[in-house]
Amino acid sequence: MQLARVIGDVVVTRKDEQLDGIKLLLLQPLTPEREAAGRPLVAVDAVGAGVGEEVFFVRGKEASFPFHPAMPPVDAGIVGIVDHWDIEK
Amino acid sequence: MQIGKVIGTLVATQKSRKFDGAKLLLVQPLNADETPRGTALLAVDSVGAGVHDRVLVVLEGRSAGEALGKKWAPVDAAIVGIIDRIDFE
Repeated sequence: MQLARVIGDVVVTRKDEQLDGIKLLLLQPLTPEREAAGRPLVAVDAVGAGVGEEVFFVRGKEASFPFHPAMPPVDAGIVGIVDHWDIEK
Repeated sequence: MQIGKVIGTLVATQKSRKFDGAKLLLVQPLNADETPRGTALLAVDSVGAGVHDRVLVVLEGRSAGEALGKKWAPVDAAIVGIIDRIDFE
């Protein structure tokens, strides 16, 4: 999984019907120092996240697992909202 | 599998239910000479690792789910070993 900040909502009207009712959010992956790490991406939301929150997300088919037995065609999904993290290097 | 160093812990109250009871650790991937490589990632811990440990990490959904021992768990990274040492030939 990777850390990210939610930086936007994505609205898609015409889409695969298995995506109906699933929220799509724009994520900026983060380093533990809260710097941007790579390019933004779109992820489905399985935990009720919103813009401005720090989250963690999973990549790959596993992003669809929170919607089991539905199998929406997705490759990234938010699976947790972060309360806090602590780093000791 | 990848070699990494545990650099931190993360707390998330609101998360996919499959994470209940799982420990989430921040892991910095390492090169063979133990220099950092890429962005730190978040992995579930199945072996009782702690901060500063060098660990073996699987970065694949199915295997990470196996390590967690839950079906349909939306995970893509798991710590599956604590490294004692690496001998180079």
